[in-house]
Amino acid sequence: MSEYFLLLISTIFVNNFVLVKFLGLCPFMGSSRKLEVAAGMALATTFVLTLSSASSYLANQYILIPLDIEYLRTITFILVIAAVVNFTEMVVHKTSPMLYQVLGMFLPLITTNCAVLGVALLNVQTGYNFFESIIFGFGAAVGFSMVMVLFASIRERLASADVPEIFQGAPIALITAGLMSIAFLGFTGLDKGLH
Amino acid sequence: MLWGILALIALAAFFGLLLGLAAIVFKVESSPVVEQIDALLPQTQCGQCSFAGCRPYAEAIAAGEAPINLCPPGGEKTVQALADLLDVDVLPLEEDEVLEGPVVAVIIEDTCIGCTLCIQACPVDAIVGAAKQMHTVIESECTGCELCVAPCPVDCIEMIPVKKTISNWRWPEPQYDVNNEQAANIFTTIEKVLAESTHP
Amino acid sequence: MSVSQQLQGIWPFPGGIKLDGKKSLSCQTVINHAELPRELEIPLSQHIGHPAEAVVKVGDSVKKGQLIGHAKGFVSAPVHASSSGIVTAIEERLVPHPSGLPALCVIIDTDGYDHWYDCTALIAKNDAEHNGLNALSAEQITGKVAEAGIVGLGGALYPSAAKLQTARKKDSDTLIINAAECEPYITCDDALMRNRPEEIILGILLIKKVVGAERCLIGIEDNKPEAWQALLDTIQGYQRASHEHDKQSIEIIQVPTRYPAGGEKQLIQVLTGREVPSQGLPMDIGIICHNITTAAAVYQAVYRGEPLVSRIVTITGGAIKKPQNMEVAIGTSIREVLDQAGWHKERVDKIIMGGPMMGFALPSIDVPVTKATNCILVSEPGELPTPPPAMPCIRCARCADSCPMSLLPQQMYWYAKARELEKVQDYNIFDCIECGCCSYSCPSNIPLVQYFRYAKNEIWDDERERNKANLARERHEFRQERLEKAKKAKQEAARLRKEKLAKKKAEDKKNAAAAKDGGSKSDNKPASSHADLIAEAIARSKAKKAQQQALKKNTENLTEAQQKQVNEANERRKKS
Repeated sequence: MSEYFLLLISTIFVNNFVLVKFLGLCPFMGSSRKLEVAAGMALATTFVLTLSSASSYLANQYILIPLDIEYLRTITFILVIAAVVNFTEMVVHKTSPMLYQVLGMFLPLITTNCAVLGVALLNVQTGYNFFESIIFGFGAAVGFSMVMVLFASIRERLASADVPEIFQGAPIALITAGLMSIAFLGFTGLDKGLH
Repeated sequence: MLWGILALIALAAFFGLLLGLAAIVFKVESSPVVEQIDALLPQTQCGQCSFAGCRPYAEAIAAGEAPINLCPPGGEKTVQALADLLDVDVLPLEEDEVLEGPVVAVIIEDTCIGCTLCIQACPVDAIVGAAKQMHTVIESECTGCELCVAPCPVDCIEMIPVKKTISNWRWPEPQYDVNNEQAANIFTTIEKVLAESTHP
Repeated sequence: MSVSQQLQGIWPFPGGIKLDGKKSLSCQTVINHAELPRELEIPLSQHIGHPAEAVVKVGDSVKKGQLIGHAKGFVSAPVHASSSGIVTAIEERLVPHPSGLPALCVIIDTDGYDHWYDCTALIAKNDAEHNGLNALSAEQITGKVAEAGIVGLGGALYPSAAKLQTARKKDSDTLIINAAECEPYITCDDALMRNRPEEIILGILLIKKVVGAERCLIGIEDNKPEAWQALLDTIQGYQRASHEHDKQSIEIIQVPTRYPAGGEKQLIQVLTGREVPSQGLPMDIGIICHNITTAAAVYQAVYRGEPLVSRIVTITGGAIKKPQNMEVAIGTSIREVLDQAGWHKERVDKIIMGGPMMGFALPSIDVPVTKATNCILVSEPGELPTPPPAMPCIRCARCADSCPMSLLPQQMYWYAKARELEKVQDYNIFDCIECGCCSYSCPSNIPLVQYFRYAKNEIWDDERERNKANLARERHEFRQERLEKAKKAKQEAARLRKEKLAKKKAEDKKNAAAAKDGGSKSDNKPASSHADLIAEAIARSKAKKAQQQALKKNTENLTEAQQKQVNEANERRKKS
C-alpha cells in the first residue's frame, strides 16, 4: 500500500509532469491566464489522464501484446485515447450539462496533449500494472492541476502588477515558470527520504 | 505486419462506429456558445459586422466563420469579453472611425414627410409614427445603429451623442502614473540625498 | 423617559482614523441668518431617485413654502419655494455636483417680503406633550414628511418618507439618531443641537412613533459636550413633565471621536453591537437610522407645517474671515453666502462642499445651496494640501487596518486598476462607504477611494449596458416574430383571395352557362353578386382590422417617461 502512496507522492511532486518533466507545457502556458479557466483545464486533464492511462493499459495488454504488434503502440494509443475521450465528452454533454460547462471546452483540446500520451507510454515503459498505471496517471494529473492553479494565481496577480514594459506578457510568465521549476527541484530526493 | 494493419483497421473501424453512433444517440441541440456570444454583443442589430443582426453574427463566430473584431458598437470591451469567452487572442477592432460615446437618432420634425421608411428600417421598433404623420424616436429604446439614416428620403434623421447629465455621469478613472515627472523628481531627490550621505 | 448617562453599550467598530477635528473654528452658539438673496436657484433634483417635476410656470408668483416641484414616484421628494417672489425661468443651471454638469432648476426672483404660503401644522407645539402626539396617526406624520420634501440630511439624501414607510413595514425595534458629525470642520449639527434641542427631541418622538421602535438611541461624538448636555437636559425636562417611567425610551450615548463614527453602519455597530450584513440595510437587522437634522426638519413639518426650505450650513476654513453657522434659504448662491460670511479672496486655495474627507471641490461658486449642503469649506494654501503624486503600493496594509468596513482596499485597488471588475466585486466593493480612510492612511498617496468610485461606476455602467442590450434583443426578436406573422397572414390572405377568385370564375362560368340556358333568371344575378362582393369586402376589412389589433405592438409596454415622449411628439404633430 505504501508503494502506491509513494508512487502517487513522487509523481505529484518529485517527477512533476510540467515543472520537472516539461510535458504538457502548451496548456500550462496557454490557458493559465485566468484561474477559472486553469481550474477547468486542470479538472479536465485529471479526468483524461486517469481515463487514458487505464484505457491504454488495457489496449496494450489485450490487443498489442497478444497480437505481437507493440511497434504500433504510439499510433494505437493516440487512437484509443482520442476515441475514448471524445465518446466521454459526448456522454457528458448529453447527460450532465453542468459538468460539461466545466470540462466541455477543454476535453477535445487535451486529448492529443503530450502529457497524455507521455503518461500512457511511460506506463508501458516502466512496466506498471493496471492499478499502478491508474495511480501514475492520476498522480501526474494532480501534479499538473496543482501547478496549473498555482501558476494561474500568480499570473492573475502579475496582470495587475507594475511589471517593467519589456517583461510584460509572455516573458514574465516564462520567468515565473522557470522560478517555479527551480522551486520544484527542491523536492528531489523526497521519495528516497520517505523510503 | 499484416496482422498489425488489420488489427489497427479493425480498432479504428470500431471506434469510428462507436463515435458515429454516439453522435446520433447523444446529440444535443443548439450549442450554448451561440447564446453566450449573443449575450455579450450589444444588440444594436446594426449590421456593421456584415451580418443581418447580432444573433447571426454570434452564430458565425461560434461556427468559426467570423473574427471577433467586427463589432464597432461593442468596442474594445466586447472584443475583450469575446476573447475571454472563446479563449482566443484579442484582435484590434476593425472600424473606420472611432465612435465618440453612444449616440441616438433624432428626427428633425419640420422636415419629416411621414414616409414610414425609417420605421421599417428600425430593428428594435424605436420609431413611432404613421403614414403622412410626423415620426419620432423613442430615445430610451434607440440603440444608435444608424440603420434609419440611409433610408430617409429627406435626410431628416441625425445621430446625436447622448446628452451627458448628472444621472449618467460617471467618476473618471484616477490619473495615476508612477513615472510622472514629479514622482521622478522625488526619486532623484532621494538618490541625491543618498549620494550625499555616502560621499561627504 | 429615562436617561442613561454612563458610557455603556459601546462596541468599537474596526478601523477608522483619528482626525484633527478643527471644529472650534466655526463652533459658536449662535446661528446667523443669511440674508435673502435677490435670486433663488432651486434645483428640482436635490435627492436620490426621480427628480421632481416642476408645477409652476415662468411668470407665476410663488410664496415661501409653496410647492414648485412635485415628487415623481415612490423614491422622490417634492421641492418648495424658499421665499416669495416670481418664477423667472425654469432652465438648466450649474448645480453643486462633482461632475460640474447643469441640471434643471427653478429660478425665483425674490420680492423681499418672504411671505409664507398657507402652511397648516398638524398639531400646535403647546399641545405637544403626549396628548397631541397620541392624536396623530403614523400615516399623517409620514404624509406630512413626504409633503415637506424631507430627505436624509446626513448626506444620503434618500427621501425620508420612503424610508419611514419601509421601516414601518419591517418592524424595526430600534431607532438610531445620528448626531455623531464625525467629519472635521463641520459643526452644523452641533449648532442645531445647542440651539434647538427641543425641536430635535419632538422630531425624534414623531419618527419613533411612525417606526414603532421600542427604544431610541442618539449617538453623539464625545467632542460635543455642550450639545450633548443640551439634549440631555431637554430629555430630562420631558421626562419630568410627562411623569412617564418607560425606561429605555430615548437614550443619548456619547461615542468616542473617531472617523467615521458617523457612518450609518459604524454608528449602529458602536451603539448596538449589531453589524449590518454585507450589502444589506440597517432595516434587515431591525434598525432604522435617521440624522439629527432630519429629525428637526420633521418637527418643523409637523408642528409648524413648514416644508424644508432652509438649512443650517457651516461656513468655515482658513480663508473665511468669520467662520460660522448660517441658516440659509435653499437656492441661495454659494457666492452670496461666502460674501456674507466674508472671505479672503486672495487666500483661497480650494472650495469644498461637505467635509475634507467626503466632500468634493465645487466646480463653481455660482451654484445654489441645496438640501445636501451641510458645509462650505474654503481652505487657504497649505491647509488641505494636494497629495503628492502617487507612488507604487508597497503592500503595507495600512489601508486595510484603517478600513471601517473591514475590506481589503489594496486588493480592490489592484483589480480596479486592472479593470477586473468581477474580481473587485468578489472583494465586496459595494460594501465600501467611500469614507476615504484608506486614501488618507496610504503612505504612497494612492487615491484608493477614487479608484473604488470609478470601479463602482464602471460596474453600474456595464450592468446598464447589459440591460439595454437585453431590452434591444427582446424588442428585435419581438419584431422579427411580428414581421414573420404579418408575412404569413399576408400569404394566407393572398391564398384565400386566389381561391375565391377561382371559385368566382367557376361560378361565373356556371352562371354564363345558366344564362345561356334561360334569360329571365340571369337578370338579377349580377346585382346580387355585386352586393355579396361589397359585403365580403366589408367583412374582409373587418377581419383585417381585428387581425391588426391582435398583432401586438412594441409600443404597448411603454414606461411613463417614454409614453410622455410619444405624447409630446403627438402634440407637436398636431400643432404642425
